Amino acid sequence: MSALLRIIGRDLRLSLGSGGLGLPVAFFLLVATLYPFAVGPDGALLARTGGGVLWVAALLAALLPIDRLVAPDAEQGVLDQYAVRGIGEELVASAKIIAHWLSFGPPLMLAALPAAALLRLDAKTLASVEIGLLAGTPGLAALGVMVASLTAGLKRSGALAGLLMLPLAIPLIIFGAGSIGDFGGGALRFLAASSLFLAALAPFAAGAGLRALRD
Amino acid sequence: MTGQGQLPQSPISGLELSNVACVRGGRMLFNGVSFALGVGDALIVAGPNGVGKSSLLRLIAGLLPAYAGQILRHGKVALADEHMALDARQPLAKALAYWARLDGGSVEDVAAALACFDLSHLADVPVRMLSTGQRRRATLTRIVLSRAPIWLLDEPGNGLDSAALALLDQAMADHRAAGGIVVAASHQPLHLPGATTLALEAAE
Repeated sequence: MSALLRIIGRDLRLSLGSGGLGLPVAFFLLVATLYPFAVGPDGALLARTGGGVLWVAALLAALLPIDRLVAPDAEQGVLDQYAVRGIGEELVASAKIIAHWLSFGPPLMLAALPAAALLRLDAKTLASVEIGLLAGTPGLAALGVMVASLTAGLKRSGALAGLLMLPLAIPLIIFGAGSIGDFGGGALRFLAASSLFLAALAPFAAGAGLRALRD
Repeated sequence: MTGQGQLPQSPISGLELSNVACVRGGRMLFNGVSFALGVGDALIVAGPNGVGKSSLLRLIAGLLPAYAGQILRHGKVALADEHMALDARQPLAKALAYWARLDGGSVEDVAAALACFDLSHLADVPVRMLSTGQRRRATLTRIVLSRAPIWLLDEPGNGLDSAALALLDQAMADHRAAGGIVVAASHQPLHLPGATTLALEAAE
């Protein structure tokens, strides 16, 4: 347990140190700022489509640090040192998922407040977005670490990781955007279920990826 | 190729390989490697480039599966290879403290270990500013900090000047005197009195 907490602490510190906190939030707010310029200042249109735009922005923001999640640790021998100490790959993967989520999940939920104002979302839509982000971002974090582990051994894996992750994230996007609106309760449950499924599967898939990196 | 060391009755530390073979990339690097090391023993792994010295150390560390044979370890293992595994942005002492805490040690241990390799004055310098020899010494400091009885050192003398080599010899001697085991793959002559030499040969 203490190894888990130490690895979470280290990964969180590293992602904060390399602009990890600011970057996804800035990206998220940038999208929310640019979108009204692109579609015009039609308040009704913005309010109707804004929630979905926030979900796309959240997905892409989660994707930003993906090439920093696993590859540097593999190159610097940190993963080898965990293995020599008998720390299981699944535990390392779980720690990385939790640290990744902490580095973008809560900050995005905070950033959704000003973003909602920019997109003219009403309080009810904002509440749906916040609940949806709370349920969905752990799934995004799990996906991110899983894909990062599977692609860490490849050169310039950043673009490939994006290509791999986006289709896998489609259920989260559909249910996340679907959970906004009057009949969103069912979609929210599906969102939570997909997120839970990914979070449960990812430590094992990512752990296998980390083990394969050693060869 | 069997070492002189006998595993004691109740081993604090021990390492025994029997008929170990290693296959990498579909090619057999070596086979039939056997030795046994007990408390205070040392082994120098010699052989030409590419014969599998580093792979042997990774096998012993459990990072690679043995193709054949058996590896018995009594006690924890510490591995020093070409990777420092220290965060480049952090001050040296803090980067080392991460591993010290994972190994159940404390921050005070770091200062003592830094002194072993004459790095105390660099404790607050970011890891990325260190020179080649200093990086090597930092890696060895991490090994001292690990408190693991079995040290696996891959080319520990690379990039070290004569003063640092003397510190390395001293650290290895202290470790063996405390009952530890040293396995070193090295081209340079290391001062390991009474060490067995294992000359790795390419498998036919």
